[in-house]
Amino acid sequence: MELIKELLSLFLETMLDVLPIAAIIFGFQFLVIRKPIPHLKKVLIGLLYVLIGITLFLLGLEQALFPLGRLMAEQLTDPAFIHGAESVVGAFDWRDYFWVYLFAFAIGMSTTIAEPSLIAVAIKAEEVSGGTIGTWGLRIAVALGVAIGIALGTYRIVTGTPLHYYIMVGYVIVIVQTFFAPKLIVPLAYDSGGVTTSTVTVPLVAALGLGLAETVPGRSPLIDGFGLIAFASLFPIISVMAYAQISEFRSKREKKKRRKEELRNTDRDRR
Amino acid sequence: MLNSLRDLAPIILVIAFFQIFVLQQPPENVFSLMIGTLFVVMGLTFFIYGLEMGLFPIGESMAHAFARKGSIFWLLTFAFALGFGTTVAEPALIAISEEASEVAAEAGQIATNEEAMEAYATGLRFTVALSVGVAIVIGVLRILMNWSIHYMIMAGYIIVIIVTSFAPKEIIGIAYDSGGVTTSTITVPLVTALGIGLASSISGRNPMVDGFGLIAFASLMPIIFVLIYGILI
Repeated sequence: MELIKELLSLFLETMLDVLPIAAIIFGFQFLVIRKPIPHLKKVLIGLLYVLIGITLFLLGLEQALFPLGRLMAEQLTDPAFIHGAESVVGAFDWRDYFWVYLFAFAIGMSTTIAEPSLIAVAIKAEEVSGGTIGTWGLRIAVALGVAIGIALGTYRIVTGTPLHYYIMVGYVIVIVQTFFAPKLIVPLAYDSGGVTTSTVTVPLVAALGLGLAETVPGRSPLIDGFGLIAFASLFPIISVMAYAQISEFRSKREKKKRRKEELRNTDRDRR
Repeated sequence: MLNSLRDLAPIILVIAFFQIFVLQQPPENVFSLMIGTLFVVMGLTFFIYGLEMGLFPIGESMAHAFARKGSIFWLLTFAFALGFGTTVAEPALIAISEEASEVAAEAGQIATNEEAMEAYATGLRFTVALSVGVAIVIGVLRILMNWSIHYMIMAGYIIVIIVTSFAPKEIIGIAYDSGGVTTSTITVPLVTALGIGLASSISGRNPMVDGFGLIAFASLMPIIFVLIYGILI
């Protein structure tokens, strides 16, 4: 009973979130475009599916994964877990937080794989590129970027170094890569920074950041707790371009090899 | 269904691994965990079905309709409304702007009473929503005018770096984060479909090169706007 009540209230909440979007779409459709929407019934059913999907998704996350994930973030950042039973006051080393980095990496990677907006963009990218950019290749490249970003972000919170230096270095890497990456991938790579952080990733990552900033001596949760999402939206840009560069490099090398073999074959034929 | 289960498997594995091997404790109420996971799998399945049936087609058909209508004014108005409207009610943004008002109060930038904090949070929320609206407009203009995204993003980065050096320290983390939280699960597919629809209905545009990029602007522009908001207030 409790569950059904929660389901209904969540559904209403999602409806409310979607209301402005629906108002804009249908408002423009009827007032400006003034043409009926093609396949209106199918589109409406589709939108209803999206609503049901998001509701169930959020309910499930609230039921199962979020409490557990938050609890684990708390436990892993707990000083008693990190420093062992005897608490050393004051002295700590960034290496003590090994499990936190690993958890940050793993949770960044796995939540990104399940992120609905990334799935949406990956489906479109595969469609538009005619299959050259596979959904899984893109999703794994983005997930790796988020994982590295969040792991580095937790390291930053532990050491307390200023956020903007990391971001600036990241920007420089992105700019340099832009010049060398295949032209087709660049806009998609820029986009993938924005799609990674929504429904699944943000709550878990925020809990991790806040937990860390609360327990590491000398950090304030209000100032140091922020910044993980920034890492999670910068690093996928780098990793997606790197993914494209590596696959381009490999296909070039293969072509070269094939050409060499062909040359050898024609040589032999001539002889 | 099977696909969704595969999408979720990594999370389950990670949590199980850390529970069993690192924290060494059995999770409580396994039953509700399993029910929750089932909901997530079903939710993801529904969402992806609905995406292909509803969200993608409507985004693309509207893009085609605007392109056929040929009115740039209405297209840009729509772009702004879409960016502003989807962001201003975004739950993640509401949460983060409340936290930001606490930071500002703690840092002594605004008075520590309820009213000042609420005014600050609301101002921040509208700033971000405005910035996303502007971002989508710029992104759509880019598709229409065939501007190069590289230089625009680079210029954006340079502005971010310059503005950062003038901004109060407390706002920097929030500003950088605000770029990531603006793009929600419904906005992303819709905006992507809009971009690709536009790029494919204007001749001489490649949907791969010109269709993507709207989200990029929507996650860069809020950083700049929030930093400026921090400087002004």
